[in-house]
Amino acid sequence: MTARRVPFAVSATAVVTYAFLHLPLLVLIAFSFNRSRFGVQWGGFTLDWYARLAFRPDILRAMRLSLVVGLLSTLLATAMGTLAAVALARYLPRARRAAGGLLYLPIVTPEIVAGVSLLVLFSWMGIALGITTIVIAHTAFSIPFVTVVVLARLQGTDHTLEEAAMSLGADELSTFRRVTLPQLMPGVLAGALLAFTLSFDDFVTTFFVSGVGSTTLPLAVYSMVRKSVEPTINALSALLVMVTTVAVYLADRLARGSTRA
Amino acid sequence: MPASTPEQPAVEFRGVAKRYGSTPAVRDLSFTVGRGEFFSLLGPSGCGKTTTLRLLAGFETPDAGEIRLFGEAVNRRRPYERDLAMVFQSYALFPHLSVERNVAFGLEQRKRPAREIRDRVRAALELVRLDPGTFATRRPSELSGGQRQRVALARALVLEPRVLLLDEPLGALDLKLRKEMQVELKALNLQLGVTFIHVTHDQEEALAMSDRLAVMNQAEIAQVGTPAEIYENPRTAFVADFIGEANFLEGKAAGRPGGEAARGSLEGWVITGDAGSFVVPPHWAISEGGDVRIAVRPEWLDLWRPGCLPRGENGLPATIQDLVYLGETIHVRVTLANGRVMIIALRNEGQLIKPLPWNRGDSCIVAWRPEDCQVLEG
Amino acid sequence: MRRGILRWIARHPRSPGALLLGPGGLWLLAFFLLPILILLVYSVMPRGAYGGVQPGFTLEHYRRFLDPLYLGILRRTIWLSFLCTLACLLLAYPTAFYIARSGPRRNLFLFLAVLPFWTSSLVRTYAMIFLLRDSGLINRALMDAGLIQLPLRLLYTEGAVLAGLVYGALPFMILPIYASIEKLDPALLEAAEGLGARSWSRFTRVVWPLTAPGVAAGSLLVFVPSLGSFVVPDLLGGARQMMIGNLIQNQFGPSRNWPFGSAAAFAVMALVLVAMLGVLRMKGLDDEHGTSKGRGA
Repeated sequence: MTARRVPFAVSATAVVTYAFLHLPLLVLIAFSFNRSRFGVQWGGFTLDWYARLAFRPDILRAMRLSLVVGLLSTLLATAMGTLAAVALARYLPRARRAAGGLLYLPIVTPEIVAGVSLLVLFSWMGIALGITTIVIAHTAFSIPFVTVVVLARLQGTDHTLEEAAMSLGADELSTFRRVTLPQLMPGVLAGALLAFTLSFDDFVTTFFVSGVGSTTLPLAVYSMVRKSVEPTINALSALLVMVTTVAVYLADRLARGSTRA
Repeated sequence: MPASTPEQPAVEFRGVAKRYGSTPAVRDLSFTVGRGEFFSLLGPSGCGKTTTLRLLAGFETPDAGEIRLFGEAVNRRRPYERDLAMVFQSYALFPHLSVERNVAFGLEQRKRPAREIRDRVRAALELVRLDPGTFATRRPSELSGGQRQRVALARALVLEPRVLLLDEPLGALDLKLRKEMQVELKALNLQLGVTFIHVTHDQEEALAMSDRLAVMNQAEIAQVGTPAEIYENPRTAFVADFIGEANFLEGKAAGRPGGEAARGSLEGWVITGDAGSFVVPPHWAISEGGDVRIAVRPEWLDLWRPGCLPRGENGLPATIQDLVYLGETIHVRVTLANGRVMIIALRNEGQLIKPLPWNRGDSCIVAWRPEDCQVLEG
Repeated sequence: MRRGILRWIARHPRSPGALLLGPGGLWLLAFFLLPILILLVYSVMPRGAYGGVQPGFTLEHYRRFLDPLYLGILRRTIWLSFLCTLACLLLAYPTAFYIARSGPRRNLFLFLAVLPFWTSSLVRTYAMIFLLRDSGLINRALMDAGLIQLPLRLLYTEGAVLAGLVYGALPFMILPIYASIEKLDPALLEAAEGLGARSWSRFTRVVWPLTAPGVAAGSLLVFVPSLGSFVVPDLLGGARQMMIGNLIQNQFGPSRNWPFGSAAAFAVMALVLVAMLGVLRMKGLDDEHGTSKGRGA
C-alpha cells in the first residue's frame, strides 16, 4: 500500500495543511528572537524579550500561579482519574457505558458553557473566586482525559496478571500495589502530563473562575494581547508552546512505548 | 486452619452452579479429586471447564453448591486464602519483574526471610530444569515460550501448594515441546505428591497424563473416569465422539439372542436397524422394543469377504468407499446398506510387501465381537 | 482490620469499583453536571439585581433570541461553524490520506498534526493576529513587494474568524479520518481495482463509504467546539463578528445578565445536541447501508 503513489493534489493539500498548522507558530517564535521592535524587518538575533519577561513581576507571579495550579490540579486529576479508570476496567465493566457518558460529556461540552456554569455554581455556593476555584475547575476538565488515557493502557494489559498475583497469595491491596500499578505507570504518567498541559494552557474556563489577583499565564497573555502587540508576547507565547510541546512529546513517547511492553 | 482427616479428598464439588447473565457456565457440578491425583477437565471450548477451574481458584464465586478443599468449604474464600497455585494459559508472568522476582513473588507475599526465599527460588528453578545462573536475572520478554512455561511452573511450585491448577498449560507450545512437558509434568506430580488439576481441550494430552479425567459438555460433566474407562466405555455419544473416533449404529431391541447368533452363554439383545441386525451385550438402558444406540471404535472392527463371517461375530454388509493411508493404520471407509459411512482401522502390515486386498466398490462384511461395543445412554 | 475490610469487599464484589470510581465521579457530578443543572435553572428565572436571579419562572430569556440582533448572532455562529467544518474536511481528508500512506514517517506526521491541539488556543489566536493585523507579516510583505499601497483589512473580518476557527479545529478532523483510513484493508482497494474500478469510482464506491464514520466523527468534533468558540471571534472578529460565545461572555461579564447568559449557553448546548443527534443518525444509516452492501457482495 505504501508503494502506491499518492496523487499530487493529495500531497499538495497535505503541504498546505501542515504549513497552515505550523507556520504561524514558527513565525511567532522566530520573531520572539527579533531585535527590531516594530514590524517584520529582521533586526538581528536577541534574547532581550525573554530577559524582559524576567523583570515583569506580574508575569512572574502569573507563571508561578500557573505552575502551582497546574501541579495541584494534575495531582488531583491524575489520582482520581486513574482510580476511576481502574474501577471502570476491572470492577464495573457494565457501568462503563453510563460512566462513559459522564466521562465524555465534559470533552464534548463547549468550554465556555462549562466555564460560566462553574462561575454560577461558585457564586451560588458563595465561594470566592481565586486559586481554589481555578484548581477545582482544572481538575474537573482534566479527570476525563486522564481516565481515557489510563483506560486505554489498562485495556492493553493482561487481567490474568492480577489473578496470578492473587493465586500467589497477594490480597487486593498488594495486587494493586505490586502488579496493577507498575503496569499502569506509563499510562498514569502520560495522563498526568496531558492534565498538566491542559491546565497550563487553559484560558476560557480560567477566564470565568479566576478572581482579582489570581491571574494565570494565559490570562496575562490575554490582557497583553488586548492592549497591544509587542515582542514580549511573542517570547511568552514561545515559552508556552515549548513547555507544551515537550510535555506532549513525552506523554506521547510514554503512551507509545508502554503499549509495546 | 483445622487439620483435615486423611481420607478426605483434596477437592470436592457438590452441586456447584454458576451462570453469567442468563447463560449457565456450569450446572450442578459434582465430582471429587483424590490426594496426589492428576485430574484433567477435558472438553470443547465453552464447555465450562475453565469456569470450573476459576471457581476452584476463587476467581469466581458459585451461585449454588459447595466447593471443598481437603474437607473445608471454601466458597467464600478469596483466591489468596486457598493455598492453591495456578499456572495460567498465557503464563501471566509479571513483565516488570525478573525471573527470580517472579518466582519469589509468592514467598515475598508470605514474608519469608530473604535467605529462605533465595534458596527456595533456586531450588524451584532447578526443579523445572532452568539454570538459575543463566535465567534468574532475565526478564520474561527475553525468554522463549517453553522457558516462560517453566518459570510459570516454578513460580507456582515454589509455594509448595497442596493443589496445583493448570489452565491449558501446554496450549501455546509446539508439538515436540508439548510432548516433552507432558512427561515432565506427570513426573513432577508423582515426585511431589501434589494434586494436579489440569484443564485441556486436547483429548490425547488428557488421556496421556491423567489418573482420572472429567469430560465436560455444555456446562455439565458428561463422564468421569480413568482414561481407559472413558475411552473404552464411553457412556454418551458425545464422549464417544469427543474422545477418539467412533462409529455409531442405531436400532430397536428386537429380542434375546438365540441359536446361531448367540455365542456361548452370552446374554444380550438383538438389535435390528435399517443397516441390518446385530447383537449387543446386556445393558440396563435397553428394554424390549426400545431404541438403542451403540458406539464402535474403528480399531475394534474388522473386514471380511461376504460369506466368511467368523461364528459369533456381528456382521453388516457394506461396500468399500475408499482407503486412507495413515502410516501406522489404514482407515477403510465403507458404506452400509442404509447409506451410513463407517470407518474401520486396520493395522498396516506393510503395503509394499502385504497390500490390503480391498478395492473401491468391493462388497464386504463389517464385523465385530458383540462385547466390543458400547451401548450409549440417552 | 485490613483483613476485615478485604473480606467485606470480597462479599460485595462491586464495592471496590464504587470506592475507586467515587472521588472522580463525585468531582465530575459536583463540578460539571451540577453547575450545568444550576445554569439550566438560572436560564428560566427572572433577572434580579447585579446579575443575580429572583424567584419565579419565565421563558423571556429564550424569547429574546427572536430579536433580529440575537438571531443574527445565532445565524453567524451556525454559518461560521458550518464553513469551518467544510474547510477542515477539505484540508483534512487528503492530509489524513497522506499521513496514512507516508510509511515510516507516519508517527512523526501524526504527532505534528496533533500538536496544535495541545497548544493554547490563546497563543494560536495571537499567532494569527501577528500575521493578519494591519502591520502584520502578510500586509508588510505585500506592501514591501509593492503589490499594495495601503494595508488590506484582514483582521476583524469574517475571514479572519474563519481562519482562526479552522486553525484551531483541524487536528480534530484529521485524527478520526486518519483512524478510519488506517483501518481500511488495503486488500479491499486491490479487490476493487481487480473488479475494474477506476480510481475515482474506487474512491466514491469503496473508500468514501468506509471512511464516512471517521468523517462524521471529525465533523462533530469540529462543529461542536466551533459553536461555542469565544477566544477566536473575540480577538480576531472584534465587535462586528460576534458569535454566541461572545454573547455569553458579555452577559456574564459587562452586561451582568446571568439568566440571559445562561439561556444563551443552553442555546449552544441545544445546537450541540442537534448536531450530535444528526451525526449519530447519519452514522446509523450508514451502518445499515454498510451491512446491506456487505450482504450483497
